[in-house]
Amino acid sequence: MDWQGQKLAEQLMQIMLLSFAVIAFASGYVMASFQMMILIYAAGVVLTTLLTVPNWPFFNRHPLTWLDPSEVEKHPKPQPSANVTQKKKPVKK
Amino acid sequence: MHSYGYRANAVLTFSLTLLAVMCAMASLSDNRNSPSPSAHVQLRSLILNVTSFHRLSLYVVSMAMNISADLQSLFTWNTKQVFVFLAAEYRTPKHSLNQISLWDGIIPSKEHAKFWIHTSNKYRFIDQGSNLRGKEFNLTMHWHVMPKTGKMFADKIVMPGYRLPEEYR
Repeated sequence: MDWQGQKLAEQLMQIMLLSFAVIAFASGYVMASFQMMILIYAAGVVLTTLLTVPNWPFFNRHPLTWLDPSEVEKHPKPQPSANVTQKKKPVKK
Repeated sequence: MHSYGYRANAVLTFSLTLLAVMCAMASLSDNRNSPSPSAHVQLRSLILNVTSFHRLSLYVVSMAMNISADLQSLFTWNTKQVFVFLAAEYRTPKHSLNQISLWDGIIPSKEHAKFWIHTSNKYRFIDQGSNLRGKEFNLTMHWHVMPKTGKMFADKIVMPGYRLPEEYR
């Protein structure tokens, strides 16, 4: 997943679970059936899992632009300088 | 949100948190219920006997009674069952309140909550010494409304005016 996809996945998960919780509680209360509330919510959790956990293509619509390999060779990585290996001597009291 | 495990964990924890919130709301909705239960006990026979146990004299009461009650208004959508029991309460010189359970039952659903039964006492009505001779007592019906989730409510109805016989058989 790319960054936008991750954000979408998180938002989708939160909104879906919240909506199913509200719908489940309202239905259970109106129908006076605790079991109905649990069943609707369980179905909602399964649907949310199927939609947000796997790496679906629509989560990858803004792919990261990695640098082209030929471009990388033109700009070599900077080497560490020789001064860094010198150590400061500790001051003794 | 960068891996399967991360997203699966997020779904699991958030869904369980919301489930806890829903259950709390379901329990709070029980407070909106204002029940109006009724109960009546008719004593068919009341017999006082004496036994002894290790040189202690014990008075035992055997009773047959009709118990009728309408506890349907106690049930809500969040009720698993109602536990109901009938207790005899009386006063003695030594203790101001003595309670003894005579009968209990479990009501699994609203349909069973309106009942009329003829029964003898399920548990022994027994006391030491001569406390029970001619004793006036109350019959109190207690109930515990057990929820599917959340707070349990308990209450009672006091039915006064019963009296044990003076003489034993």
